[in-house]
Amino acid sequence: MIGFAARRLLQALIVMLVVALLAFTMFRFVGDPINQMVGIETSIEEREALRERLGLNDPVPIQFLRFAAKAARFDFGTSYQFRQPVSELFAKRIPATLELSFVSALFALLIGVPMGIYAGLNRHSPLSKLFLSVSLVGISLPTFFIGILLIFLFSVTLQWLPSFGRGETVQIGSWWTTGFLTVSGLKALILPSITLGLYQMTLIMRLIRAEMLEVIRTDYIKFARARGLPNRLVHFRHALKNTLVPVVTITGLQLGSIIAFATITETVFQWPGMGLMFLQAVQNVDIPIMSAYLILTAFLFVAINFIVDILYFFIDPRLRVGRP
Amino acid sequence: MSVLEIKDLTVEFPSRRSVFVAVDDVTLNVEAGKILGVVGESGAGKSTVGNAVIGLLQEPGQISHGEVFLHGKRIDNLKDREKRRLRGRRIGMIFQDPLTSLDPLQTVESQLVETIRTHLPLSRKEARERAVDLIASVGIPDPRERIKQYPHQFSGGMRQRVVIALALCAEPELVIADEPTTALDVSIQAQILELMKRLCEERGVAMLVITHDMGVIAEITDHVAVMYRGRLVEYGETGQVLGAPGHPYTKSLISAVPRPDIKVERFPAVNYIEEAGTPQNQLDIATHWLGKTQNYENVVGPLVRIDDLSMRFETRGSIFPSRRKYFQAVKNVSFNIEEGETFGLVGESGSGKSTIARLITGLYQPSGGSILFGSTELTSLRNRADVLSMRRQMQMIFQDPYSSLNARMRVSDIVAEPIRFHRLASDNRQVRQIVDDLLDHVGLGAAAGRKFPHEFSGGQRQRISIARALATRPRFLICDEPTSALDVSIQAQILNLLKDLQEELGLTMLFISHDLAVIRQMCNRVGVMRHGELCEVAECDTLFEAPQHDYTRELLRLMPSMDLLSRANLETA
Repeated sequence: MIGFAARRLLQALIVMLVVALLAFTMFRFVGDPINQMVGIETSIEEREALRERLGLNDPVPIQFLRFAAKAARFDFGTSYQFRQPVSELFAKRIPATLELSFVSALFALLIGVPMGIYAGLNRHSPLSKLFLSVSLVGISLPTFFIGILLIFLFSVTLQWLPSFGRGETVQIGSWWTTGFLTVSGLKALILPSITLGLYQMTLIMRLIRAEMLEVIRTDYIKFARARGLPNRLVHFRHALKNTLVPVVTITGLQLGSIIAFATITETVFQWPGMGLMFLQAVQNVDIPIMSAYLILTAFLFVAINFIVDILYFFIDPRLRVGRP
Repeated sequence: MSVLEIKDLTVEFPSRRSVFVAVDDVTLNVEAGKILGVVGESGAGKSTVGNAVIGLLQEPGQISHGEVFLHGKRIDNLKDREKRRLRGRRIGMIFQDPLTSLDPLQTVESQLVETIRTHLPLSRKEARERAVDLIASVGIPDPRERIKQYPHQFSGGMRQRVVIALALCAEPELVIADEPTTALDVSIQAQILELMKRLCEERGVAMLVITHDMGVIAEITDHVAVMYRGRLVEYGETGQVLGAPGHPYTKSLISAVPRPDIKVERFPAVNYIEEAGTPQNQLDIATHWLGKTQNYENVVGPLVRIDDLSMRFETRGSIFPSRRKYFQAVKNVSFNIEEGETFGLVGESGSGKSTIARLITGLYQPSGGSILFGSTELTSLRNRADVLSMRRQMQMIFQDPYSSLNARMRVSDIVAEPIRFHRLASDNRQVRQIVDDLLDHVGLGAAAGRKFPHEFSGGQRQRISIARALATRPRFLICDEPTSALDVSIQAQILNLLKDLQEELGLTMLFISHDLAVIRQMCNRVGVMRHGELCEVAECDTLFEAPQHDYTRELLRLMPSMDLLSRANLETA
């Protein structure tokens, strides 16, 4: 297992290096960074001096190594628009995105898994059919539309829930702010989490249902029934556990995409997270933020995938020990 | 008193348009300590009987008529809850495939303990003790160690022992075994059958064994019931039924079983399950395209010479050669195949027989040795034209007729493909004519060409495979377990067809099988393989009558004895 983990870690490292290279090339090819930093009145000599000082005249590989070494310490330089270190800007925004993603992933799992199990076991019941048709709506409507729909219904018409922002937040430690501890913070989480998690919920539900239907037909389930095991054991100990391997894979990947692509939801709900900041950065060609966002997203994906790979070991004994 | 009594059982599968009667008015009895065999070909309804008894009929199947009694108490009309209490507690079940019958994610112990605790009021610790005892009693060594392991750490035979232990968890009075040894090698089959017999005698369990294998029936059953299309055609003491069958179906079924002890020229045709398919328009091979002599080189001596052939697969890759691990599938094998003969390769699974077939056809590159076809060294062929010419001369028939035909192609296109690819015919009209003739000749009829493979049964598909193999006018045919997925009667037809074709076309054949009896019927000379090595090569008759190698003797000894089977029909055939 240690060998396996080491190999995966090496692969992850290579992926990160490639992403870093992409992020680095953004600086070189999307406009001249010096132009972005200084005003029009700066003389050519001053520009050259700045170029020399920032190391922009060094050979490209050396520049890249310097960039990668800084990125490894979460130093992504200074934002062009805010004139602040990018890492500080992200530190302020990350808690909002992570909390939103966490709650929506939880929502997707807590609703999606039981729905999937039910629909898999009771294939022909009217409730399963209802789940399937409702989930079809969930999967075919675009996220922003669902967000707007929810805002219209619950914020505008019923006026139950806020339509934007995080509500009141509480500071924990030096930089983490949380919305979990205030009523308004929790209320503000509901609509964006549902919006963000609906698609994942649908996906997880359909996946579990399909896997369940497959597993129920296998010989070991038939044999478990023939041994007279009660349904509870057959369904949950034998069937559900065997459906988990693909579900864990997809859920892991989806969690990554929830965090990385919360952009649209954050925009619709004016959620002060990374996604919103990224959109603003794109509008203002703020390359340090864009490249940091790229690296951070890739890092999250790689990290989650790594955890998923390790999880397999705990779920499937066939990976743990070699054949006799 | 009998443990299980089935009275006038009828099982129906209603569908939208009609009702399919899977089991029709079947009456059976099983006594304590006795084994009743239910034998029949696929679709005979034998598994449905077992499922109906244990209350696990597939949807939408239902018992429409008849009664099932367990120890005199009626069980077919119980509620689902009560039926579930019977399962495992009073009726145990053993399934066909031990590789898929166990939950791969749970240890053997946890599967045993949960089953024991479902049925018996034992503490976890007591259940564990009992589980260890059970595992020991089915003959698994080091029970305390092995019980902690997962199913994938057991071999097929050991897994079947675990399955049997699971079926015996709560000391059931009746055990239903559905094809318990079909997926196992001969030697493992012998062990499992012996174990089942022993458990039956020691524990006084009544056993219902469902199988298509006459050998298994002859080996362990006390009584036998022969089923055909849902009906019971014959029922009685095993020796009586097999030795002097009364019903014509039983007679023909028994005569179609290949025997290791007698060689027959042709199997008598069994037309019960499927039309034997005689060639509609007998082709005159002498004048037809198929029989035209080709400009193949004339070979002096053996057609195929295999010398010191080895094949190893990398099981662990590494950039350092010293850390790589290999599995040696074929070890220094040498043999010759004479022109016009059928050479048999026999061995258990994993013995390397299929690997040799793939090495000859060039699907694998050998790691050592040489394969000489005529005067051409196959292992060093580089030129594409030479490779194609070799491929044209040798063709292969695979084991599984369901996956070896492209489901999206019409049969005529499947058979025409090699002709078109090798440009063996001058124009499209001729190709079509040849395809029609080929399909006719293998007994399908030219009209079959317009259909798709899924419209055919297993035996018919194997005929399509044969037609496809013949389409390049090969001189060397490799048959890799061509009949092991087929029913006995269909197997007899296919074997007859292969024999006829060989005779007509003067084909040389490499015939691979795990079934010694089939080998005996088909081959002139035989090679016995074990763990990648060739143990013995001998004339077929010599091998069966005076085996030299210990392993060959062992294989012959382990084969279920067919002495009980009637010989009446063989002489008339």
